[in-house]
Amino acid sequence: MSHTAEHSHDASHAEVHVHRDDFGSKLGMWLFLFTEVILFGGLFLLYFSYRVKYSHDFHEGAMELDLVKGTMNTAILLTSSLTMALSILFLTKGNKKWSLIHLAVTILCGFGFLINKYFEYGHKIELGIYPSKTSGELMNMPEGQQVFFGLYWAMTGLHSFHVIVGMILLSYFGVQIIKQTKVTQENYARLENGGLYWHLVDLIWIFLFPLFYLLH
Amino acid sequence: MSHGNEHAEEHHSVGLGTYSIVWFALLALTAITVAVAGINLGDYTLFIAMLVASIKAMIVINVFMHVKFDNVVVKWFLAVCGIIFAIMFIFLAFDVLLRY
Amino acid sequence: MSTNSIGTVNYLNVDKSIWSWIYTTDHKRIALMYLAAMMMFFLVGAGLGFIMRLELMTPGKTVIDAQTYNSFFTLHGVIMIFLFIIPGIPAVFGNFFLPIQIGAEDVSFPRLNLLSFYLYVIGACLALYSIFFGKTIIDTGWTFYVPYSLTTGSDVMLPLIAAFVLGFSSILTGLNFVTTIHRMRAPGMDFFKMPLFCWGLYATAWIQVIATPIIGITIVLVLLERTVGIGVFDPAKGGDPVLFQHMFWIYSHPAVYIMILPAMGLVSDIIATFARRQIFGYSVMAITSMSIALIGYFVYAHHMFTSGMDDTAKIIFSFFTFLVGIPTGVKIFNWVATMYKGSIDLKTPMLFVLAFIFIFSIGGLTGLVLGALQTDIHLHDTYFVVAHFHYVMFGGTVFIFFAGLHYWFPKMFGKMYNEKVSKVVVALMFVGFNTLYFPMFLMGYMGMPRRYYESLPEYTTYHQVSAVGSWILILGILLMVGNFLVALNGKRMAKQNEWDSMTLEWTNAATPPVTLNFDKIPTVTAGPYNYPDYSDSEGNPSLEILGEKH
Repeated sequence: MSHTAEHSHDASHAEVHVHRDDFGSKLGMWLFLFTEVILFGGLFLLYFSYRVKYSHDFHEGAMELDLVKGTMNTAILLTSSLTMALSILFLTKGNKKWSLIHLAVTILCGFGFLINKYFEYGHKIELGIYPSKTSGELMNMPEGQQVFFGLYWAMTGLHSFHVIVGMILLSYFGVQIIKQTKVTQENYARLENGGLYWHLVDLIWIFLFPLFYLLH
Repeated sequence: MSHGNEHAEEHHSVGLGTYSIVWFALLALTAITVAVAGINLGDYTLFIAMLVASIKAMIVINVFMHVKFDNVVVKWFLAVCGIIFAIMFIFLAFDVLLRY
Repeated sequence: MSTNSIGTVNYLNVDKSIWSWIYTTDHKRIALMYLAAMMMFFLVGAGLGFIMRLELMTPGKTVIDAQTYNSFFTLHGVIMIFLFIIPGIPAVFGNFFLPIQIGAEDVSFPRLNLLSFYLYVIGACLALYSIFFGKTIIDTGWTFYVPYSLTTGSDVMLPLIAAFVLGFSSILTGLNFVTTIHRMRAPGMDFFKMPLFCWGLYATAWIQVIATPIIGITIVLVLLERTVGIGVFDPAKGGDPVLFQHMFWIYSHPAVYIMILPAMGLVSDIIATFARRQIFGYSVMAITSMSIALIGYFVYAHHMFTSGMDDTAKIIFSFFTFLVGIPTGVKIFNWVATMYKGSIDLKTPMLFVLAFIFIFSIGGLTGLVLGALQTDIHLHDTYFVVAHFHYVMFGGTVFIFFAGLHYWFPKMFGKMYNEKVSKVVVALMFVGFNTLYFPMFLMGYMGMPRRYYESLPEYTTYHQVSAVGSWILILGILLMVGNFLVALNGKRMAKQNEWDSMTLEWTNAATPPVTLNFDKIPTVTAGPYNYPDYSDSEGNPSLEILGEKH
């Protein structure tokens, strides 16, 4: 893609010709993704450590998790990655309508994921398996299971938070596609970078899923 | 370094067909990993689960996230991140595996 | 190139409204705002240190009580580390000079740069708020180890949230610098034609991006444990406090390389300028910066030798700790080799660098003493450690921060300070610093523990000597600040290229720079330290060059 010179004004009111650097933006986005990888990576480090220590309790804890919902969520996120990639593809071909449709499906998949999590979390809370300093059943369970579920809530909770952030981000870009302001056929780096973020959310779940749901 | 045409990578090289096949492969791998989980492989369970997850991840990274078609700098960046995370893991494991 | 632009429009006076500063995306203005904030926080942190030294001068209470003392050493660490030394050289000199040194107009993401600064200010405000309005000020030590940080009644939330926000600021700066160095170099400026300061910033930026999130997640987990009771570190819930230490140091050890690598890069720039030589082993210096950044991930648990870790793990970490000393030693040898038979001009920045080489060598060597397992058993958590890290962080990074101030002051402000006074500053700081910290090596060796409010009578004299050293040091710091303030308000103009240096900020940018760094982006053909060598191929002084006026 050629570089378009945009005029930007800094505080000195001098005109600075800023060449749009799409590849630079992509590199910057990848660096940000690395920070997310390491953020979750820290939790994965803890998971591995405690799994070595409490392999039996982790197994027991995993039995409480709903494999069907977990698998459904995996399929949902994988599909959302497809629609995300297609959304970008259609935009580069100038097909605004199909780009927006696929973007909307991506966001809907996010909703589907969150709805599943809502039911899963709700079920856990009914059983008393939630982190608390004063109430619930978790504090009466074996130590290894307390760690297991502490990690479960922390990791899937943090992941769900990132799903929400991704949905907001993609909605924002969707609006910009509609208004043809900052995301267009010629200027789609933002959508690409948003897509990278969304794929990362999918990637994290690709690893979370077997670690929590496939322990039997 | 001049701003060369890094978008020489073609979105057109990855079309609807490729994306769909890849998506289907990912779903298939998911099905496999769920099925395998039912088989008791002892210590290897975790290893195989992680192996399949890694394959899925590589597919998402290379195709959906376009790294296969990107400038080599992106691949180097990924390598740096991956290697350093691996170091963190390995060095932590020295204590964890030997102590627990 | 243009002469001193102080009388004309430059980046400082082009718009003097406060909003033009608050909303600026000019990397030079952002750098100055960081500088102003950081100097304030440094003085606060130094004040805390001053009072701590006073307290330890006599047995029993001297000026503050024990609980306050615990809060003081905690805050001293938090402020000095998170508010001063980690943003440190990259936030001030990196922001100001990285783009200029590589021949660019600004960083890759100027607005993100401003966001980094805003996050820094927000984080600082959160940290300081907890000092003035918290019920009990945090008393966990800056390392906030569990289980105490989980159970203490002191206000841990706000400082930890502050640290998280500051970490974000650091990450975004690192992200910006990596991208800038890859994308914004001028035509002809290959990676191996960049000044070594830029290489230092590059290695640092990678650490900022990759290591910082680990402390981020650790902070989040401690906060979750304190609020909702998620128990991944709480032993009562099956958690392992040693795992907390692992997570903490996986960031905090590479963090010390965030602190020192930019400083080492700046040392190379300064020596090249004041010895008028190409740096000996330029490529190796670049590669050792990157190696130190990498090997830093292999050594982190040398902070944990007495924690109950497995013995084999300890041996591995000790081995790599010794290994990381090798690229560090190579740098010292190369600096000395550069100076050998150079044409040395003992201006203030160079004096700071010489002080640095002496002090940092002591700091580094004592690091090896701590890195050896058998000696560490005795020295862990003693004053020996306190002395070691002050030697490398203060006598290392901060002395070079001061060197950078003296080196780049004329360029940044177009004015010049009093050189005689600045040399007195170096002398005061050198004497004060060693008087303050050297006795700590002896105390620690004899067994005085760190973070103790009370000490046995046999240590009192050492504490008193230290306190006197702190007064001399603080006098030097205040004299330095005064010298700069007088210069800023004074009439002594700086030359366009005060030191006749060869890097782009001196040769191609105005003094002080205008908002647009360059009239025309330069095309680079030579390396960064393009000084004629003062010796021929056999190492003899070259007769044609001697006597040539620069």
